[in-house]
Amino acid sequence: MHELGVVFHVIDEIEELAEANNVEHVNSVTLQIGTVTGIIPDYLIDCWNWAVSKHENMTECKLIIEKIEAITHCENCGENYNTIIYGKKCPHCQSDNTYLIQGNEFMIKEMEVI
Amino acid sequence: MKDIRIIEVKQSVFASNDKRAAELRNELKEKKIFLLNVMSSPGSGKTTTLTGIINELKDEFRIGVMEADIDSDVDARTVSKLTGVEAIQLHTGGMCHLDADMTRQGIESLEDKDNYDLIILENVGNLVCPAEFDTGAVRNMCILSVPEGDDKPLKYPLMFEVSNFVLINKLDVIDYFDFDLNKCKENIKYRNPNADIFEICAKTGMGIKEVSDYIRNLIYDWRK
Repeated sequence: MHELGVVFHVIDEIEELAEANNVEHVNSVTLQIGTVTGIIPDYLIDCWNWAVSKHENMTECKLIIEKIEAITHCENCGENYNTIIYGKKCPHCQSDNTYLIQGNEFMIKEMEVI
Repeated sequence: MKDIRIIEVKQSVFASNDKRAAELRNELKEKKIFLLNVMSSPGSGKTTTLTGIINELKDEFRIGVMEADIDSDVDARTVSKLTGVEAIQLHTGGMCHLDADMTRQGIESLEDKDNYDLIILENVGNLVCPAEFDTGAVRNMCILSVPEGDDKPLKYPLMFEVSNFVLINKLDVIDYFDFDLNKCKENIKYRNPNADIFEICAKTGMGIKEVSDYIRNLIYDWRK
């Protein structure tokens, strides 16, 4: 259910950008989504396909999703590691003193328009 | 055939909401209104907890309440009946959270919108989505109840990262559940070392005064 709300937000922003750029029709939108955002791409695409059909200038607009891997940095030992596998605890030194450096992005990268 | 163009956007999806939330917070600061966003799972005791807090604070502050739910006006009626303060119901129309614009619309529809000291927003019961959207609130409060389990901060990290303080509710039934209070606090601190934690039981009133005193201080700090 969260995905639908998110899709509405994306479409609102695309509509604003379309108006500002004199766009007639939006053919595709590319999103960059981190792997720890909690967004499920398959659900997002289902919601997207339903929602764009309600917008005249976005009919059949394709949603392209680029994944961004989640990486955490350890302040204690300076290593970077895969967040999905190891979570908050550094696998190199077992420290909790870590922070996410990428993976929670949710960006509109670009849109293809006519 | 028309030319196809690529427009580079490179913009965070939450950017416009974040901006609107910051604008709302600035306006509230000017009006000296403290907006408290309350989040939790369904059934954690939000409405009962808020009723207790409001009754502690209502003689000192002018309070308005916004109850957000997908449907019904059960909560607004309950709060209003038990505290006497103005409570309105916001319907999210199926959405699982409130964003800054919806919060602003809610504030606009409060009868005495410019004259409150404290506006409480009871967000939709859900540990996932409300955490993603800044409502424009000054502080986020999260309620976690004993029957939900001490592991919830591990399972719903963002909620506990964005919450400035957490109330652990329903302590009266702790003996009937496998709930490790210290472990729970550790899990909250693991996600958010700065979170303040309170142990309460909204039903018996335990801890409500401490939380109310804490909120009172936050309100005075915000007005400075």
